Amino acid sequence: MTAIDTNDWRIALVGTPNSGKTALFNALTGSRQKVANYAGVTVERKSGFLQTISGHRVNLIDLPGTYSLRGRSPDEEIARDVILGKFASEAPPDFLLCVADATNLRVALRLVIELKRVHRPMLLVLNMIDIARRRGVDIDLDKLSAELGVPVVTSTAVRRAGIEDLLRRIDDIAGKPAAAIAASEWTAPAASDLRAAQREADRVIRAAVSEPAKPDTWTTRVDAVLLHPVWGMIALLALLFVMFQAVFAWAQPVMDLITAGFDALGAWTATVLPEGLLQSFVQNGVISGVGSVIVFLPQILVLFLFILLLEDFGYMARAAFLMDRIMGGAGLHGRAFIPLLSSFACAIPGIMATRVIDNKRDRLTTIMVAPLMTCSARIPVYTLIIAAFVPDKPVLGFLGLQGLVMFGLYAVGIFSALAVSFVANHFFWRESATPPFMLELPDYKLPQLRSVLMNLYQRAMAFLKRAGTTIFSMMVLIWFLASFPRPPVGATEPAIDFSLAAIIGHWIEPLLAPIGFNWQISVALIPGMAAREVAVASLGTVYAIEGGKEAVEQVGHALADKWSLATALAFLAWYVFAPQCASTLAVIKRETGGWRWMWITFFYMLSMAYIAALITYHAALALGLG
Amino acid sequence: MVHLNPMPTLTTTMTDIANSAPDESVRAPRAVPLGLARHGFQGRVDAIVVDGDRLGVSAAEIERRLLELGIVEGAAVHILHEGPIGRDPIAVRVNGTTIALRRREAMAILVV
Repeated sequence: MTAIDTNDWRIALVGTPNSGKTALFNALTGSRQKVANYAGVTVERKSGFLQTISGHRVNLIDLPGTYSLRGRSPDEEIARDVILGKFASEAPPDFLLCVADATNLRVALRLVIELKRVHRPMLLVLNMIDIARRRGVDIDLDKLSAELGVPVVTSTAVRRAGIEDLLRRIDDIAGKPAAAIAASEWTAPAASDLRAAQREADRVIRAAVSEPAKPDTWTTRVDAVLLHPVWGMIALLALLFVMFQAVFAWAQPVMDLITAGFDALGAWTATVLPEGLLQSFVQNGVISGVGSVIVFLPQILVLFLFILLLEDFGYMARAAFLMDRIMGGAGLHGRAFIPLLSSFACAIPGIMATRVIDNKRDRLTTIMVAPLMTCSARIPVYTLIIAAFVPDKPVLGFLGLQGLVMFGLYAVGIFSALAVSFVANHFFWRESATPPFMLELPDYKLPQLRSVLMNLYQRAMAFLKRAGTTIFSMMVLIWFLASFPRPPVGATEPAIDFSLAAIIGHWIEPLLAPIGFNWQISVALIPGMAAREVAVASLGTVYAIEGGKEAVEQVGHALADKWSLATALAFLAWYVFAPQCASTLAVIKRETGGWRWMWITFFYMLSMAYIAALITYHAALALGLG
Repeated sequence: MVHLNPMPTLTTTMTDIANSAPDESVRAPRAVPLGLARHGFQGRVDAIVVDGDRLGVSAAEIERRLLELGIVEGAAVHILHEGPIGRDPIAVRVNGTTIALRRREAMAILVV
């Protein structure tokens, strides 16, 4: 990536949400982008480079979408501070490139009027001008520019021609010898200022726009179905069904391929490296550690492809509209719906998808409860225990008892997620504000494939780079715990019995005894921290069963012999809640920008797991199932 | 074709307003909260009056958020859609932009 040069023009891209700002940013900078975080905060900082017609290099910063500079959320505060030149690590921008959706000028022009008070050189880009023209909106650019007192240029973001014109105008404005820039006059607008600015914007529109934007007939027709109280819900469910089908069906072959690839790589190293510590480290620590991270990538890509397409199409705001009341009952935002649903596949993409929730409080609640949704990694554990302990007998004639228990485990997960967010909202967030649900339902637009793919690439890289390092180091730690110290020569018990994991397992056994866990379970829980499904293999290891995946049935038989039904049920209850997934914890740390929320999630889930297992175990004992 | 479909209790109010000569400089005596209006309702924003703070969000803040979405006095409003449960939230066309909001917040928007 190119280094920042002090001769570069620094331009900040400002605009309301849904103004097509990101698509324009992608069109202007192409692959010359850099995604990082603003120093000290978790807000994403997107910047990129572009070259004007005269060949001058521009460092373009894509600021978070904002309706005003008041700073209502951390994202909006960043936008304000960067624009005002108050952000410590950011030089003030040389000029502001303000983006407005040409089909929806009212709110955008009010923001422009507010931005004028900052007294920075400014250029207004009317984005999506082609759509506006097609709808018969006639904008007199000279008049608009004269009335606003800001130069105006049009663009379509998809077409190169509009972009070149824009670059030429950037040359014109930024190339001028810098006049003395007046100090910013901006102060947080009061309600009266907002009213005055909106009236002024409406006056400018009356003067410069001949044909006011009529409702888009396409949007109206699509919404007649998609926002219909009945058809809309059916469409939403159908869409979700397709989405999940895609996540499992499309991603599974690739995931199997990745797993097979890493297994083969591990087996190959076993043949190349001499048996011993190094081999174990490379095979079980490094390769399976990296593999356990990469294996999530296909699901993440498929989920994010859907989410980005739906967001760009304009459907996400509509899904939030349809689900707001249902989610609101538990104190969740309508926008939390998709992230929570994604968590049924895996909490990692679910937590990453919470970025669509702009309110910090709503987002944190969603992140906290996402791991309670029954992810696909719990399925192997559930099926193992259910197959071993729950008799396959019919209930009410047509339902299987095993299926019913499985369904019950899913239902408990959903119910407890809603209960936790309800409790969080009513007890922990009491002091902070309940954000009002107000959002724009943008007109439908065909997503721009290039922009979608670029955003998808960035999400994938963010996951691989930042989460990958944390997850990987946790995997190595878990390998270390399960491998050291080494078993003495000639030992007949499994190697793990001599390891730190066993020592910790024996040490925590008294703590877990009240919930019916023996020391073997306690030991298996340590490597099981890596990922939930690892528990199946590690139970196999501690019960000295060789043979990996094919041995699942054997593990089941061994457990059926050695565990009481009460213990098995307590183990299931434990797995509904237990934070047995290092990757999820790593992603929570990364997405919330610190350890705090990771530990909060870890401890509340651990407490719930313990209490649920305790109640289950003793209830089962009381019923004579010991 | 859009039809006027106010709630039964509002029927007379709406007809009266439609018949009386609107005077934008004076608060219409029969202004009703948008939060009570039904699907298909069309009218103009008469005033934005937030009655008190709500769970830590100040009345002034709610007012400013509504204003920032372009909901100002005189703006044309049209309820396009209602949510599937309890007819909440509502999707309102405001001078060419569609805004989704809960009826709770829409109570602050007085319309004629």
